[in-house]
Amino acid sequence: MTPTNSGRRVAVVAGCRTPFCKAGTDLKGISAVDLAKHATVELIHRANLDGHAVDEMFFGQVVPNPLVPNLAREVSLLPQFPKHIPAASINRACASANAAIVDGASQIALGNADVVIAGGAENLSDIPILHSRRFSDLLVGLSKAKSFGDRLRLATTFRPRDLVPVTPAIAEPSTGETMGQSAEKMAKENHIEREDQDKFALRSHQLAAKGTEDGRLTAEIAPIVVRDRVVNTDNGIRSDTNLEKMAELKPVFDRKHGTVTAGNSSPLTDGGAAVLLMSEESAKALGYTPLAFIRSYAVAALDPGDQLLMGPAYAVPEALDRARIVWDQLGLVEMHEAFASQALSNIQAFESEEWARVRLGRSEPIGKINWESLNVMGGSIAIGHPFGATGARLTTTLANEMNRRDVEFGLISVCAQGGMGFAMVLERA
Amino acid sequence: MSALRTEKSDGVIVITLDLPGEPVNKITRELRQEFDDLLPRVEADPDVMAAVLISGKPGSFIAGADIDEFVKLESREHAEQLVRTGQSLINRFAASTKPFVAAIDGACLGGGLETALACSYRIAASSPSTTLGLPEVQLGILPAAGGCQRLPRLIGVRAALDMILAGKIVPAKRALRLGIVDELVHPATLRYVALNAARRLADGWRPKRKRGGLAGLLLDGNRLGRSIVFRAARRQVAKKTGGNYPAPLAAIDAIRVGLNRGRKRGLEREAQHFGQLAVSEVSRNLVKIFFATTALKKDFGTDDEGIEPNEVRNLGVVGAGFMGAAIGGVAVLRSSVDVRFREADWDRLSRGLGFAKGILKSRLERRRLTKYEYRNLVPLISGTTDWSGFGRTDLVIEAVFEDLGAKHEVFRQLEDVVGDRCVLASNTSTIPIAQIASATEHPERVIGMHFFSPVEKMPLLEIIVADETAPWATATAVNFGRQMGKTVIAVRDRPGFWVNRILAPYMNEAGRLLEEGVPIEMIDRLMTEFGFPVGPITLLDEIGLDVAGKASRVMSEAFSDRITVLTGLQKMVDLGRLGRKSGRGFYSYEKGKKKGVDQSVYEVLGVSPSTRKSQGEVRDRLVYSMLNEAARAYEESVVRSARDGDLGAIFGIGYPPFRGGPLRYLDSVGAAQAVDALKQLADSFGERLAPAPILERMAETGARFYSDN
Repeated sequence: MTPTNSGRRVAVVAGCRTPFCKAGTDLKGISAVDLAKHATVELIHRANLDGHAVDEMFFGQVVPNPLVPNLAREVSLLPQFPKHIPAASINRACASANAAIVDGASQIALGNADVVIAGGAENLSDIPILHSRRFSDLLVGLSKAKSFGDRLRLATTFRPRDLVPVTPAIAEPSTGETMGQSAEKMAKENHIEREDQDKFALRSHQLAAKGTEDGRLTAEIAPIVVRDRVVNTDNGIRSDTNLEKMAELKPVFDRKHGTVTAGNSSPLTDGGAAVLLMSEESAKALGYTPLAFIRSYAVAALDPGDQLLMGPAYAVPEALDRARIVWDQLGLVEMHEAFASQALSNIQAFESEEWARVRLGRSEPIGKINWESLNVMGGSIAIGHPFGATGARLTTTLANEMNRRDVEFGLISVCAQGGMGFAMVLERA
Repeated sequence: MSALRTEKSDGVIVITLDLPGEPVNKITRELRQEFDDLLPRVEADPDVMAAVLISGKPGSFIAGADIDEFVKLESREHAEQLVRTGQSLINRFAASTKPFVAAIDGACLGGGLETALACSYRIAASSPSTTLGLPEVQLGILPAAGGCQRLPRLIGVRAALDMILAGKIVPAKRALRLGIVDELVHPATLRYVALNAARRLADGWRPKRKRGGLAGLLLDGNRLGRSIVFRAARRQVAKKTGGNYPAPLAAIDAIRVGLNRGRKRGLEREAQHFGQLAVSEVSRNLVKIFFATTALKKDFGTDDEGIEPNEVRNLGVVGAGFMGAAIGGVAVLRSSVDVRFREADWDRLSRGLGFAKGILKSRLERRRLTKYEYRNLVPLISGTTDWSGFGRTDLVIEAVFEDLGAKHEVFRQLEDVVGDRCVLASNTSTIPIAQIASATEHPERVIGMHFFSPVEKMPLLEIIVADETAPWATATAVNFGRQMGKTVIAVRDRPGFWVNRILAPYMNEAGRLLEEGVPIEMIDRLMTEFGFPVGPITLLDEIGLDVAGKASRVMSEAFSDRITVLTGLQKMVDLGRLGRKSGRGFYSYEKGKKKGVDQSVYEVLGVSPSTRKSQGEVRDRLVYSMLNEAARAYEESVVRSARDGDLGAIFGIGYPPFRGGPLRYLDSVGAAQAVDALKQLADSFGERLAPAPILERMAETGARFYSDN
């Protein structure tokens, strides 16, 4: 198989992640940096990799801690590695780890690196809470004031309401629309029924529970000891839920007429993940059997005022074209599930002749979903979605499952804030 | 070539010490002569207003006096004479009309610190290698070039006693806090700051030094207060040394005389004490141990020339129980290796990981590690319940429970996952390494690493070398043990190895004495008086009676003529009286503190305590049990040299260092004398005490274990 893009073939050699836990639960207090470090240390142990072999690192993070602006560099300063491994942190919203993997793969393809660790982490129990603008201005002013009189004058401008903190919201800065409102809008405009959303979510939970039980999901997870407790599974997966229970949940974003509930959305999640990438030659020289090769990828963006999370419906056909394959050649698809309404909207678009014609200028639809090969171990709704880490989980899960099933091509599709979409095609090694 | 370089800069002469051909600066005869020539010239030079003393060697200001010169001393008179020469040199720095500034980067110890103390001003560089102290008592002598005079005057009596009596060495930062140095500066600016200080001193500026506050005034600043301090110090020394080490008491005396009757008298007293101590048996033995320890650090435990140890970057530890976790934790702490633990399940694994991290955490809490150092070390501790990560290990230490089948299983599995150059070590204390190795395809890389508990504190590590063990594996294990901060001896694969071998008959004899009705206090007291840190019965409580019982069964199988399993011990175990860990053994314990002997012990053992046995008999039976076994084991080449054997006994058992170790002690007693004593003991108490054949031969030929005395 020849690479479609110029340059060397890039192998996915191994991947590993922390358990994904609902924000503020089992991983509370473990910073995103420590989650990324844990995944990385475990990755090199499991891959029996000498830290000196690594050339570069890229990690995704969406809500960084202002005290650790470059998470990736902290990871590359782990004692397992020499101090001279450069590292960059990437933000492409929910596709950040995908972007990190793409950056690493690009460096390898260009011949600038042979071995790269890429991944991502997020800890939403550890997000920065900001002071109000007025209070920040006051503090800065006080530190600059030269005399007691100046200080006193500034102090008198203080009002108690200045102390109300500002929490970062998951809203589009360009439109003010929150992610949930977007999902609600998509459900309405695309006529995605509440019941279909709940069914989709239930499927996610059931498949994730199965993947955990049979060990396929557990195999990706590096257990972590937190406060003397061993955390070794994703804690958002509900093996006991059913449609009736899901139907009881109240819609969150449109309480009267809405359909998007906590049950059919991905939860706020803490977690970290890392993937080991190598050039084909290095993998061979170091004695590794790659899980898969990166065949192609594509990123797209649309107007955030439009349907925000439809990005994949633009990126996927592009990635397939670049891979010079068609949809039906895909043996597995890993699709990020931000919301059931989003996933189903994208699927609708994949299968739609109109979407193909109007939006893409193509005569044929992108492809018809094969439910036997979509998110076969569940998705973000059940497993959880640490923004910066999800892309690395998808890559690991897909590469491992392609091996188990001996599938030739697999697809990753991710929607992201800002109206972006990401897609990547892996091919079996 | 000269050891001193001088250079003048704007009224200040910079004297750079750089002893030719030596890795560190030390005060040798030649250096003293050079100073004798130089100082009058400095004094007479009208262009020189002040002087700076600085080292040209990285990491060493002055490491101390020349030990080789000290070892050659033959008489008390020679020793006194030597020390007076030193005193008069150092007095010249102090008496100079021109201020001297000591610019200290690197080790500033013993005579080096005494030189610095005689200067007007001291500046330390903040390099990690900058350490200051007067460690003389560790060699059985006292600081005798004015250290006992100038340090207490500078930092107060209590602080000075604290440093001198323990021979404490402190880092630069602490030296600043104590007031030993006046300033702490970045190494790159040391010379510049020193030059400036010298010029200011020449202009009449005098540093203001803090006084010791109210407590200082009450305790350090007057005769009555000091007498209280001295009395307390003497009491503490007596408690610590059992009266076996005269040097700290001599130091207290020299300090007292100096403060009460003036520096001149004090110096006189320093010289007198030094003369006496320098040629004493105690000091001689301590110096020999110092040399032996230094020599051991260059020994890779194999006679094969040119064997290079493999570098260990990744360590595997199988079994994260108490021992395994401690080994891994100490390995991370001391040698920053990546440690991968393996346990059967995550419950046990997480406890082990927690324990290993706890070792780092306690260092952090005691400020022995900075927050940043701690954060950099913690990720080196990881674990698995399969074998992932073991493919990258350079050395694996197995620490599962003492069962041959379990160990075979571990070693077989290990061979499937590790690389060809990985050394496989067992931390067994009772199973022969050859038996463990027999399950492997490559027995040449199997070795024993016998750590002692608690691993964080016990300084000794025995490397057990089986007949088939390859020299590269031995060298790798020895070298890594040393990186872990241990004193490492290579020992032959014989039952009990070395330490437990010589300990077993001694403990056995203690048990017999107990069953004969000798009071526990008497047994323990006689042995602490002999110089052991604790007596054998206390030791049993510390080890745990169950553990000791198991070890004694193994030893009695191997040496049934000398060691029998004592029924009393088993009775205690059956009653759940396991020693300190169960709160009750031969002694009773409250909240981890040892209380008195638990009198009900005698009832359990079915004896009534009686003091009618003579102290001499009890002492001889105990001491000679160990000495005799040491001789036997030496004859069987269990240790590679008498040096290794003695260091093993000192660092593994706490054998009294001032006696030089069991083999050195046999030399000083004399083989003939020892044989006589043992024959008498054997006649009265049984054949187990019959002299070892090697001792009988040595008695005939007059041979000794050491050729150097």
